[in-house]
Amino acid sequence: MSEYYQNLLEKLNERFGDAITGSSVKFGEANITVDKGKLLDVATALRDEAGFAFEECIDLCGVDYLEYGDGIWEGPRFCVTYHLLSVKNNHRLRMRVFADDEMPVVDSVINIWSSVNWFEREAFDLYGIVFDGHPDLRRILTDYGFIGHPFRKDFPLNGHVEMRYDPEKRRVIYQPVTIEPRVNQVRVVRDDHRYSDRMAEES
Amino acid sequence: MSEIRNYTLNFGPQHPAAHGVLRLVLEMDGEVIERADPHVGLLHRATEKLAEYKPFNQSVPYMDRLDYVSMMCNEHGYVMAIEKMLGIEVPIRAQYIRVMFDEITRILNHMMWLGTHALDVGAMTVFLYCFREREDLMDMYEAVSGARMHAAYYRAGGVYRDLPDQMPQYELSKYKNEKDVKRLNENRQGSLLDFIEDFTNRFPAYIDDYETLLTDNRIWKQRTVGIGVVSPERAMNLGFTGPMLRGSGIEWDLRKKQPYEVYDKLKFDIPVGTAGDCYDRYLVRIEELRQSNRIIKQCIDWLRRNPGPVMLDDHKFATPPREEMKGNMEALIHHFKLFTEGYTVPAGEAYAAIEHPKGEFGIYIVSDGANKPYRLKIRAPGFVHLSAMDEMSKGHMLADVVAIIGTMDVVFGEIDR
Repeated sequence: MSEYYQNLLEKLNERFGDAITGSSVKFGEANITVDKGKLLDVATALRDEAGFAFEECIDLCGVDYLEYGDGIWEGPRFCVTYHLLSVKNNHRLRMRVFADDEMPVVDSVINIWSSVNWFEREAFDLYGIVFDGHPDLRRILTDYGFIGHPFRKDFPLNGHVEMRYDPEKRRVIYQPVTIEPRVNQVRVVRDDHRYSDRMAEES
Repeated sequence: MSEIRNYTLNFGPQHPAAHGVLRLVLEMDGEVIERADPHVGLLHRATEKLAEYKPFNQSVPYMDRLDYVSMMCNEHGYVMAIEKMLGIEVPIRAQYIRVMFDEITRILNHMMWLGTHALDVGAMTVFLYCFREREDLMDMYEAVSGARMHAAYYRAGGVYRDLPDQMPQYELSKYKNEKDVKRLNENRQGSLLDFIEDFTNRFPAYIDDYETLLTDNRIWKQRTVGIGVVSPERAMNLGFTGPMLRGSGIEWDLRKKQPYEVYDKLKFDIPVGTAGDCYDRYLVRIEELRQSNRIIKQCIDWLRRNPGPVMLDDHKFATPPREEMKGNMEALIHHFKLFTEGYTVPAGEAYAAIEHPKGEFGIYIVSDGANKPYRLKIRAPGFVHLSAMDEMSKGHMLADVVAIIGTMDVVFGEIDR
C-alpha cells in the first residue's frame, strides 16, 4: 500500500508543482499540504481528473497546533484537514491547509463537495476558522449565543460559564464556573526507543 | 385572491419521531417543505475535547456513548486507529471475536432502525418484534463484557477477555416461577457460542416475519417508494457512505473494498439498491441482516475450532494477568504504569475507518508522542447524512420528513458527539 501511495504522491507533485508544499506517506496513508491560495484549483482537479477521482470528501476538521509537543511547533497555528476518498480508484488522501492565528480564513470547498457544509460550520464553531464562500456559516454544535471557540487549546476544558436554574429569578441563568480544574493523569512525552526503528523506516 | 402565507414549523426537539433531540425548523408552503433546517448539538458533550485530556486507553468507554445503539463498532474504529499508530498486530482469535461482535452489533443497530422506522411510518407490530430480538443480542453483550450496552470490550491489542464457557442463566424469583425459568434457560445450557448459534438459526425466520409485514405492504410502499430519492452522483458528493450510498446503487463496502481484520477470509455479499429511495435503503438493510447472520455463523465455526490468546502478549500495551501480578514484580510495574500513565503513541497522524452499521465511522488521531491524543476527530456517518436533510426533503410533504429521518438512521449520540 505504501508503494502505491508513493506513486500517487509523485503523480500529485508532478501535476500540481508549487501548489503542494509538502507530502509524505506515513502509517500507510498519503498526506499532502496544499498552499492556501491554490486550494480551490487543487480540490477541483482532485475531484475531476480521472487519475485522482476523489468524489467524496469524507471528513473535514480543524486542528489547533498551539501546544503541539509542548511548544515545538513552528508555523501557522491552525490547520484544516480534509480526508478524501475515491470510490472509483479505491484510494484515500489526506490534504492539509494551514491558516494563521488572528482571523484564520480558508476558502470554502462547498461548491466542490457538498458534504463539507456541516463540517465547515463545525470547524468554524469549534475553532473559529472562517470559510470564505460558505453560504450559511452559523454555529452548529454549541448552544445558541455561545461565546468563544471551545476546541481551541487555550479554551479550558471546564469552560467559562455554567448554567443553572435560579429559583428567585425563576429562569435559567449563566454564571462563572464553580468547579476547579484538575489533572487526573499527567501528560508525558517519551522518546520511546521501541518506535525508533519504525520511525526511521517510515521517514 | 386570498393571501397565501408560508409557515415555519418547529419539529422537535421533543417529538417521538425525531429520534432523540433533533430540532427541525421547517419552512412550509401549505403541507409542502420549502426548506428544512436541522438544529443539532443539543446532545453535544465535547467527546473529542474530553479525549484530549485522557490517556489513550481511557477513552474507549466514551466511544460506546457516541452511537449508543452500535457500541462495539465505535470502539472498533477507535482501537484500530491506535493500533495503526502503534504498529501492533492483534491475535487472530481476537480479530474473529471482533468481527463476530461487529456483526452482532450491526443486527442490533438495524433492529433498532427497523423498529423505529416502521413505528414512525405507522407499523407498530414490527417494533415489538425487533425489540424482542434485541433482548437476545444484548444478553450476548452482557455475557461477554458484563454490560448490556456500554461494553468497553475492545482494547488496543485485542479484546478484554475470551468468550465465556457458560452462558449466565435465569434464577427463580418472585417474578419468575419454575416453568418460566426452565423455558428461558432452554438455550442457555451451553457456552456463549452455543447461545449465539441458536440465535443465528432462529434469526432468518424472524427476518422473513418482518418482510411479510412490510416488504409487500401497500401502506409501507406508499410511504417509502419514491421518497427521498438521491442519485448516485449526488450521494457521493453529499458524502454518503454505508447503506445510504448502497441504496443509491453504488457498490461500496469497506469490508470488501478495504478489508480490515478477517473480513477478507469470510464469505458475504454486498446488497445494492437501484432507485435510491427510502424503500431501496430498507431492502438493502434487510439483506444486510441476512449477510450479517451468515458472517456470524462462519465466525462461530472458526472460533469453536481455534482456541488461542485474545490479547496481545506485550505488557507495554496490555495488562498482565492478575495471577502473574501477585508474584512477578515486572508484571506489577507494568500494571501500575498502564493505569497511571498509559502508553505513548508515536508522533504523527492516522485515520482508521470501519464499516459501521450506519456508514463509514472514522477516527482521526493527531499525536505528538504523548500518552494522550493531541487531537481526536470522530467522523460520524449520521452527521453527514443528516446534513443532506434539506436536499432530501425539499418538495416532499410533512409526513415524508418522518420517513426520511427514519431512513437516515440517525442517532444523536454520534451526530452531536
